[in-house]
Amino acid sequence: MQTIEYQEPIIQIDNLTKRFGDHTILDGLSFDIYKNKITTILGFSGAGKSTLLKHILGLLRPTEGSIKVLGKDLNIMSDMELREFRRNFGMLFQYAALFDSLSAYENVEFPLNEFTKLTEYEKKERVEGLLRSVGIKDESFNKLPSELSGGMRKRVGLARGLALNPFIMLYDEPTTGLDPITTKMVNDLIIDTAKRNKERGMTTLIISHDVRASLEISDFVAFLDHGKIVEYLPAKDFRKSENPLVKEFVNL
Amino acid sequence: MTSLRGLVEKLGHNIVVNLYELGKFTSFGLKFFYWSFRPPFRIRNIFSQFVFIGNKSLFIICLSGAFTGMVMAYQTYFGFKLINVDTLVGPIVSITLAKELGPVLSGLIVAGRAGAAMAAQIGSMKVTEQIDALEVMGINGIQYLATPRIISSCFALPILTAIFQFVGNVGSYLIGTKVLNIDEGIYFSKLSEFMYIEDMWQGLIKAFFFGFLISLIGTYFGFQVKRGAEGVGQGTNKAVVWGMINVLVWDYFLTSYLIKIL
Repeated sequence: MQTIEYQEPIIQIDNLTKRFGDHTILDGLSFDIYKNKITTILGFSGAGKSTLLKHILGLLRPTEGSIKVLGKDLNIMSDMELREFRRNFGMLFQYAALFDSLSAYENVEFPLNEFTKLTEYEKKERVEGLLRSVGIKDESFNKLPSELSGGMRKRVGLARGLALNPFIMLYDEPTTGLDPITTKMVNDLIIDTAKRNKERGMTTLIISHDVRASLEISDFVAFLDHGKIVEYLPAKDFRKSENPLVKEFVNL
Repeated sequence: MTSLRGLVEKLGHNIVVNLYELGKFTSFGLKFFYWSFRPPFRIRNIFSQFVFIGNKSLFIICLSGAFTGMVMAYQTYFGFKLINVDTLVGPIVSITLAKELGPVLSGLIVAGRAGAAMAAQIGSMKVTEQIDALEVMGINGIQYLATPRIISSCFALPILTAIFQFVGNVGSYLIGTKVLNIDEGIYFSKLSEFMYIEDMWQGLIKAFFFGFLISLIGTYFGFQVKRGAEGVGQGTNKAVVWGMINVLVWDYFLTSYLIKIL
């Protein structure tokens, strides 16, 4: 693996190992994710990407090793502390995971109702601003998720993820299964969101197996295989990787 | 010899699997108690679940209560007439409704309607990652989804049972006095002579307990859902079946206990 010139890390993963019984899912991972950058973790299905994401979110505890996020060691936090700490993250799920009984507006308002003491007026300003910023038109604000297209649901999911001004925005397979036009729309949205939140230092982490989209939008790309990071490079150098697995994956 | 060994192995395996399931269910119940006493207390969620379980079950409870009371009056009358105690139709039907039929039938109706809905709602949220979304936001799924449903169910079911009892008594009174020609004065005098407030309490205590069990089972099977729509269907089915079985089984144990203390 080549080395990357120094960047300020926001997530530091050191010798992260996760075993379920005899099965090792993550096998001594050590790498950093850098502040203000877009990093994508690529890998085949079953490589351990989702397990890694759950560790970063503090939803799973490592068998060995440690994860520091924003300088804090997640291993020594209690469950309640982790629950509070998770508010530093925003997340867009593969299928948006919108609450199906709530409208688009109410979905974005939900975290504000739960965790802030904003007035009704302030909430309205914030929710409408977020929905408009991701390209949702006013007439769709009161639509239920079932009345929205897949692309629109992703936009609303992104707006909800950004509602609490997270320091780290996570995307789980954001373009998997989408048509090329919607894929481009989602990619543009990720780049645009990263740019708009750059001033306050937001970091973007994407879990994906969509090579083309990842190389287009990312600053850094890591390749995870059988629980190990086998390559971690700036996106512009990733195609030139000498690793045979990466070569095969990129040329698929 | 081999087949005997296979049988023992299968039996042992089933015991271990069922003990494991029971352990998971108990752990879920303990988590409910833990999260019930931790802020934030989402009163609005509790109220909206109360409306869903209570208000939306009202029609079917009234309908079932009325016809149960009417049928009971008929059956009791013709049985009692053989031994010339037909004037006791009122208190017998009323006591049966208060102690047994009210809580048990209300419990079975709520298990079929609300218990199934709880499992289906939570199950579909599980398979579409909505519960994961709550967890990522730092909201505990059990606290947000199960606690309001269980608390509201504990209070909605006794109220539904009281309504079932009242409507059943009205049905019994109408059939007894208007169709079977039992004297109205005798009907009420026998009712006040034999029916005690403790009989009502017995039914309401049972209903509270059934409300807890049905909603705990419904939400538990919702959280256990895996594998898409098929899993949601299986979870809903289990919630209804186990909810109903538990109502009937626990009715026996509660009766044998409450009859001694009330």
